[in-house]
Amino acid sequence: MSEDYRSMWQLLGLNLEAHDALLNVLGKAYQEIFLAQKDRPQGMAYFDFVMSEVHGLRIKELLDEKAAGRKIIGTYCVFVPEEIVLAANATLVGLCSGADFAMEEVEKCLPRNTCALIKSSFGFKLGKVCPYLESADMIVGENTCDGKKKAYESLKGLVENLYVMDLPQVKSEQGRALLKAEYQRFRAALEDLSGVAVTTASLKQAIRTVNAKRAAIHRLSSLRKADPAPISGLDALLANQVFFYDAPLRFTKSMNAICDELEARIAEKKGVFPQKTPRILVSGCPQAVPNWKLPFVVETAGAVIVGEESCVGERGTRNLTDESGETLEEMLEAIVDRYFRVDCAIFTPNPERLEHIQEMVAAYHADGVIHYGLQFCQPYLMESMPVEKALEEQGIPCLRVETDYSMEDVGQLKTRIEAFIEQLR
Amino acid sequence: MRFAGIDIGSRTIELVVVDAAGEIVCSLQTDTGFDPMTAAKKLIREVHYDRILATGYGRSLFEVSFDAATVTEIKAHARGARVFFPEALTVLDIGGQDSKAIALFANGKVKKFEMNDRCAAGTGKFLEIMARTLGFEIADFGREALLAEKDLNISSMCTVFAESEVTSLIAKGQSRREIARGLHASVIRRAAGMINRVSSQGAIVFTGGVAKNPCMATLLAQKLGREILVPDDPQSVGALGAALLAGHSMSAV
Repeated sequence: MSEDYRSMWQLLGLNLEAHDALLNVLGKAYQEIFLAQKDRPQGMAYFDFVMSEVHGLRIKELLDEKAAGRKIIGTYCVFVPEEIVLAANATLVGLCSGADFAMEEVEKCLPRNTCALIKSSFGFKLGKVCPYLESADMIVGENTCDGKKKAYESLKGLVENLYVMDLPQVKSEQGRALLKAEYQRFRAALEDLSGVAVTTASLKQAIRTVNAKRAAIHRLSSLRKADPAPISGLDALLANQVFFYDAPLRFTKSMNAICDELEARIAEKKGVFPQKTPRILVSGCPQAVPNWKLPFVVETAGAVIVGEESCVGERGTRNLTDESGETLEEMLEAIVDRYFRVDCAIFTPNPERLEHIQEMVAAYHADGVIHYGLQFCQPYLMESMPVEKALEEQGIPCLRVETDYSMEDVGQLKTRIEAFIEQLR
Repeated sequence: MRFAGIDIGSRTIELVVVDAAGEIVCSLQTDTGFDPMTAAKKLIREVHYDRILATGYGRSLFEVSFDAATVTEIKAHARGARVFFPEALTVLDIGGQDSKAIALFANGKVKKFEMNDRCAAGTGKFLEIMARTLGFEIADFGREALLAEKDLNISSMCTVFAESEVTSLIAKGQSRREIARGLHASVIRRAAGMINRVSSQGAIVFTGGVAKNPCMATLLAQKLGREILVPDDPQSVGALGAALLAGHSMSAV
């Protein structure tokens, strides 16, 4: 990234020294993890560029949007409806939560046994190294797990613009009504912030824009069914991660360009790994940028990841919003319908998630499932046991992994994952 | 043709060479020390082989230094255990810094495994440090513990906490042997939990350095009510398994 951004970062209040250190580590990791891969699709050059400018050009674009009167909304969760944000003349961005940062400061605010994702979101704030967070006009916290909802009470003391969205925990009529009421309240809050009313035209356009972005990711997912795999799990995860940051229209265009290339690869039977490479479905907690630990270990141990049953993956992008609504009310209903189907582990019971895992195993021809649980993430760790049991009853091998963002367990993780892959061969 | 397997563990390195028929030609052992690759090099200089396969936590380092293929300890122990007990369906391997419970299919393939995570709780290192705290030689630790008339409950599984718990029990004048027995029982509780998650019945082959400890095998049999089978040299089972796997085609590895 060029020097030009330094004054921008300074204006945003970043700690330049710490931020330099972060970018340095990130750049090295990206080199070792992504650029070192063989036979990557040429279209990944776009994502390499996006990642190299993730704290540079993209932030400048957001600041330019702000100068032109748009608002920036930061989020930590796939339940925050991008359609409504776009329709209210605002841009949605995912906030940094995929690396340990300023942990000593974090542990002054949060108990040690808090999951890495929550700790990370605090670390980026306390360490003053997330330009997205500092650019945001509104930060949306959401009442998902206990860890997050209680942590937002503390985050409120650290940021001025936190908006907390309540979420249902049961898929009942009352649960759906709560989600709808919360989306209506959110819309009003966005309209207040931006001074722009959501109209039928703007919401219709927003639904189309977000659907197109999802459809492009669905296309990528579908191409991953091929053997040999035309794209690595690491690169596909990266595309799913960039989904949260990039300008929607540009993302859709770039994603489709990669898919064109992958289709040509599949026609030529070309892949990033040889045919018959063991195929893994990863299921569980979200893997936020730059949390690439698990796929890196898996794909350097001789297997390929063919799908992510995760918020950063199909749980987040599954299902389009119905586009046929003509009135605001009809469109809002369609949005509520779409998001209410997200099978997050905060719901009880949550049988759809297991069904989706089984569907994905079949669709992507996975040989086994790695259940990815972040340490102290109660909802997903609780679900991991029945998921493992159900899969094994169907003869689908499953490895439960419980880890965090640190590197101290990489040796043991490697042994377990290698042994699991041996088991699949 | 001769095939070698080298198991580079946290405490010791074992090297086993087999002939084309799979018979053991030689079996060597050395301490890992602080420079495992030099120790490994010394060992392999003493033998002749056509192909070598590395296992154990140092396998990746060996792979880079000696351009050899690798296999995980899980697969290696599963293969090695079958040499002595061809019908075995469950293997427990407790080594210096980790422990694994492995369930096998009838054909010997790994069906499922559990492994301790991160820390040394429930491993050989735990027992070694506790033996030292109590003033026992590690070789006598199990025998002494077996002589205890009862065991004292040790609640900490963490090596650091357990050590202070032991220190306070010593200060209260409790019997060393009973404390030792309690420490063994706490490791067994953990191992039994792992075994129960992968397999519910049948004999268990016990491998790794900790299997040499007679108290462990006795308490495990009592706790689970299952037969515990310990090979003659349990510590070299991983290296033997690796040697036999080296003899297979590379695709089988």
